[in-house]
Order: sequence, then C-alpha cells, then structure tokens
Amino acid sequence: MTFATFTFYAFAAIMIFAGLRVITTRNPVHAALWLVLSFFTAAGIWLLLQAEFLAIALVLVHVGAVMVLFLFVVMMLDVNFDRLRQNFRSYIPVGVLVGMLVLLEMALVIVSSAIGVKDTLPQAPTGSNTKALGVLIYVDYVYPFEIAAVVLLVAIIAAIALTHRTRKESKYQVPGDQVKVRRADRVRIVAMPVEKQNR
Amino acid sequence: MSIFAAPTLAHYLVLGAILFAISIAGIFLNRRNVIIVLMAIELMLLAVNLNFVAFSRYLGDMSGQVFVFFILTVAAAESAIGLAILVLLFRNVGSIDVEDLGTLKG
Repeated sequence: MTFATFTFYAFAAIMIFAGLRVITTRNPVHAALWLVLSFFTAAGIWLLLQAEFLAIALVLVHVGAVMVLFLFVVMMLDVNFDRLRQNFRSYIPVGVLVGMLVLLEMALVIVSSAIGVKDTLPQAPTGSNTKALGVLIYVDYVYPFEIAAVVLLVAIIAAIALTHRTRKESKYQVPGDQVKVRRADRVRIVAMPVEKQNR
Repeated sequence: MSIFAAPTLAHYLVLGAILFAISIAGIFLNRRNVIIVLMAIELMLLAVNLNFVAFSRYLGDMSGQVFVFFILTVAAAESAIGLAILVLLFRNVGSIDVEDLGTLKG
C-alpha cells in the first residue's frame, strides 16, 4: 500500500469520526471544533485529488472565517444544552434508520455500473492548479463569478440589517413622521372669555 | 492488505455519501438545537463539495472545481445570515430551542 492510499484511508476515517462527533457531542464548542477537524481533513483529501487551490480556500474561508464565526456565536450565546438534548435518546432510532437508508441508496447507485466511469485515474493535470482555475473562472464563468460577488454583498447587508441595534438614547428626526403632521396635532384653539383690563 | 485497494472514484463518492448520511442523521437527532442543525448543513455541503472535486479529478474537467468555488461562497454567505438570525432569535426569545418558536401557531 502506497503512502497516498494509506493517507486516504486515514483521512477518511478521521473525517467520518469527526462528523459523528459533531452531531453527538454535548458541548457546542466541542461540536464546532470537531467540525473544524473535519474541514481540515477534507482539505487534506482534496490535496490528494490535486485540487490545491480549493483545499487552501477551504481552510481559509470555511475554517478561518465561517467556523470562527460559529465559535463566536456559540460562545456568546449562553445556552442550556441539557434541555435541548432531552429527547435525544428517543430520536436515535429514527435518525440512525434514515441515515442508513440514505447511505444504502447512495452506495447502491455508486457501486453499480450506472455511473460508467473508468476506474483508472486520468493523467494528472499539468501546470498550476490555481492558474487553470483562474483561467476558467475569469473567461468562461465570469457571469456566475459576478453573481457570487452580489450574493456576498447581499449577505453582508442582510446580516448587518438584521442584527444592528440603534442606540435608544440618541435623538434623531424621522422625516416621514414630520411630514405627516396635521394642523390639528399641533394647534389647539381654546375658547377663553375676554378679560377686562383696568386701564 | 487487499481490502485497502488504491482509492478509485467510487471510494471518494462513498466517503461523500457517508458524510451526507451522517449530517442527515445529525439533523434528525438534533432537531431541537438550531446551532447543531447549522453545523450539520455545513457538513452536508462539505460532502457535496467532496463529490464535485472527486468527479472533477476523475473526469479531467475543471468545471467541477469552479462549481465548488461557488458553493464555498454561497455556503459562507448562508452561514453568516443563519448565524445572524440565530443571534436575533436568541435576543428576542431567549433560547435556541426550536420548540420555543411556535408563536405563529393558532
């Protein structure tokens, strides 16, 4: 068995174990850290598949940004996990059954000859993986690239708009309300008897 | 050891399938806990990305990796908004239990 084969099986085992620990652990911080481990292992497997740019991008973006965000949120929210896991035992049969069914269906499709892909590895792509990816993104897939940028912009605006808190003690004008004011709201005519003045 | 043959395409696809099934089981098991559900969704996207990269390598087509690039982008955006909603939920309701979200029920 070559080193590459051994690496694949080791990484696969680690990734499956980390995935199982994510969904079964009691502590949310632990779950986030197991997810970080599975992302790192996936990046290692992608390196085996000669997708270097995507492996580094996975570590930088998903581990470095998304998982850090998860950890921030998990640590900020003081959650009582015991109440949430009350019915954990009763969900195990259904969960495991559905998981095994999905796995069985997918494995049947894969192992049968329905895919029809030859098992031998085609020749490894020469040249820099990043360069090949860059040529493809910026020449053939420019439009989806711009749309991805718009998606990110929408995500930024949405996340800020959702969680932004205005300071309650600051006074500010609301022009819409100012324009809607009617005379009856501001002026009240009071009937008073005329006073006799002593001149 | 003959059982550990060199990995073929089927090996990578089965690995992706196992991860996907694990994350589905995770959603079933942790259905009350919004944070773990979000993490299971991330695991699902990781499984799909693994499928794409494996196919891209074995078919010699780089478009699979381009699509993974876009999936990474969308997954990051979706995680950010999902966590913002979670924080807002916690601020207003005080817990992240899915069962406490039934205020729209008649």
